[in-house]
Amino acid sequence: MPSRLRHAALTALAAALPLSLAAPVHAQEAPKLAWGNGKLLLTGGVSSVDGAAGGGLTPWAVTASYATENQVGATAHLTRVKTQDYAMTAYGAAVGIGDRFEFSIARQDFDTGATGTALGLPGLHLKQDILGAKLRVAGDAILDSDSLMPQIAIGLEHKTAHAGDLEPTLTALGASTSGTDVYLSATKLFLAQGLLLNGTLRATKANQNGLLGFSGTGHTGYSVQPEISIAWLARKNVAIGAEYRGKPDNLNPSLLGAGLKEDDWSDVFVAWAPSKNLSLTLAYVDLGRIVPAVATRRQTGTYLSAQVAF
Amino acid sequence: MTISFRRIAAIAFATLAFSAGAIAQAQPTTRPADDSLYQQFGAQPGLIKLIDDFMVRLLADPRTQPFFKDVNQAHVKEELVVQLCEVAGGPCKRKGPDMQKVHAGFDIDRASFNALVEVLQQAMDAQGIPFSAQNRMLAQLAPMHREIVNVK
Repeated sequence: MPSRLRHAALTALAAALPLSLAAPVHAQEAPKLAWGNGKLLLTGGVSSVDGAAGGGLTPWAVTASYATENQVGATAHLTRVKTQDYAMTAYGAAVGIGDRFEFSIARQDFDTGATGTALGLPGLHLKQDILGAKLRVAGDAILDSDSLMPQIAIGLEHKTAHAGDLEPTLTALGASTSGTDVYLSATKLFLAQGLLLNGTLRATKANQNGLLGFSGTGHTGYSVQPEISIAWLARKNVAIGAEYRGKPDNLNPSLLGAGLKEDDWSDVFVAWAPSKNLSLTLAYVDLGRIVPAVATRRQTGTYLSAQVAF
Repeated sequence: MTISFRRIAAIAFATLAFSAGAIAQAQPTTRPADDSLYQQFGAQPGLIKLIDDFMVRLLADPRTQPFFKDVNQAHVKEELVVQLCEVAGGPCKRKGPDMQKVHAGFDIDRASFNALVEVLQQAMDAQGIPFSAQNRMLAQLAPMHREIVNVK
């Protein structure tokens, strides 16, 4: 099929030249972008904790909002995570353009609780700003149900950590205050089964997602981490699933021995979208150990996120 | 040690899930092996009822109304019944012109295509068709977006 070949060639071109807009090449006249919500329910994913559209812990290849081809849309989210010894609030916004581009911004505010006090820094909050961009380079996760080809996207998340009075300590451990994650995501909905799978590979230097800076003495390079999500559409507006996110362990060992060891993340979740304007995600998360020098137990707890979409 | 085991277990699980999905979907375009989906839709009487209601909804929805208000609705309904019957494994064979030609007179973008999917979901809900059967039917129909969507 020549038109499919042509499409494949254009897609490859788009991948090679991330800044080029491939879509207008298809049509004689460049289609106009209009505000819209033409995607099917839940097929834009929810807002991940880092701001990109996807699952809760990991980005997917879907683009933010309900905007489909020739449309623009936006989302905003507020997320709260509470474990035994810590709490985090995250909020942000994203825009999706033509089901091709996504731009996101997010802020995380991590309350160190008693650990901060134990470190002589009572009331310590670790904050982080994240700017994200994503480009869908190939495939259609939803409608190409006669093919195994997933939707594929590449993305980056530029993170700037604000560790407050802990910053000199992080510097002493060889960690820097900003870093950029780069990821490749593949998402496929097996429509007949109502089963969505996502695999993401992320190249990152982040310690605890960046809240404890980036890299460490003796661990200065990128490592590639796997992230996996599985979701089952129980109803048109309800998805149930599980996620796993691998993480580096750059600050282990450190001056504190294994005291800053970190673990991979996982969760089980249920997402409910009563309309295209709102989704609520409730999860049970296991964030592993966070600063076990002080808080030795695994941090498990609840994750609640609300997303509004325009 | 426990951590690397957790990681290996998670990756193994995910690989298994991917493979299971792939196997379940191994022959995606072929018609169903039996007529169970056709029966779940209530065979011919069920499909006729579904499509009658579907057309009422298509004409009521401002997103899809422009594409159906001026067509021969009785003919389109007949075509849709035959088409759904065929892809559901029923005893039908659609003979009409190919899908690209049928839709060439309209400017159909992805949002319009998805709007029709949503209206079909509403119609299937109204007929009490189980969600799993709805998804099996949609999986048969969804790839037609490549022939139908002509405004990129």
